Amino acid sequence: MKILYFAWLRQKIGRSEETLDVPAANVAGLIDHLRARGPGYEAAFRDMKSIRCAVNQEHVGLDAKLGPNDEVAFFPPVTGG
Amino acid sequence: MSEIRISHQDFDPGAEIAAISSVKANIGAIASFIGVVRGDDGLAAMTLDHYPGMCEREIAAHVTEAKKRWPILALRIVHRVGRLVPGERIVFVGVASSHRGAAFEAAEFLMDYLKTRAPFWKLEERKTGSVWVEAREADDESVKRWQ
Repeated sequence: MKILYFAWLRQKIGRSEETLDVPAANVAGLIDHLRARGPGYEAAFRDMKSIRCAVNQEHVGLDAKLGPNDEVAFFPPVTGG
Repeated sequence: MSEIRISHQDFDPGAEIAAISSVKANIGAIASFIGVVRGDDGLAAMTLDHYPGMCEREIAAHVTEAKKRWPILALRIVHRVGRLVPGERIVFVGVASSHRGAAFEAAEFLMDYLKTRAPFWKLEERKTGSVWVEAREADDESVKRWQ
């Protein structure tokens, strides 16, 4: 699946996107997998109150199911306008 | 007629309003809102990051919702991205309707949802360094009145 990071998540992780083959059934499972990838990921996903997620460009919760071709994005609460 | 545009370029509010009012319909009111970079607390600049694709989708979804709620005749939303300095325009929302009540309300509805749902993020630059703006609870409260 394609994974995108925005704002300070991108800075902490050090990349804006990556394609990974992760056997995660839902978003929470994917986050567990990502945290184990290194200290940058661990720092980015430390405070889950500050993390929002979208699957295929729709806002979702941590229990949202994932498929192999999904586009998953992680970002902080939005601050546009 | 509705147009959603995300752009690095500045916009001309007069031209945007002229485009809205050019629609051949029974327009009696045009409400517009312009958001500007506020230069308080020694802000040097602000960089707007966004999620291309999802921004347009999210705004379009709320435009559809606004059209269900109010008799909108024309609408335009422009949101800038990239680095902006104090005084620069960030966002434009313009709504035309037959009467002012609908135009005012729809513009406010769209701004409230844009601020709390559209994936944009602001990075503020000051002498002391750069800091990502945190979401305001007041913005979440504003959106609740429409639910």
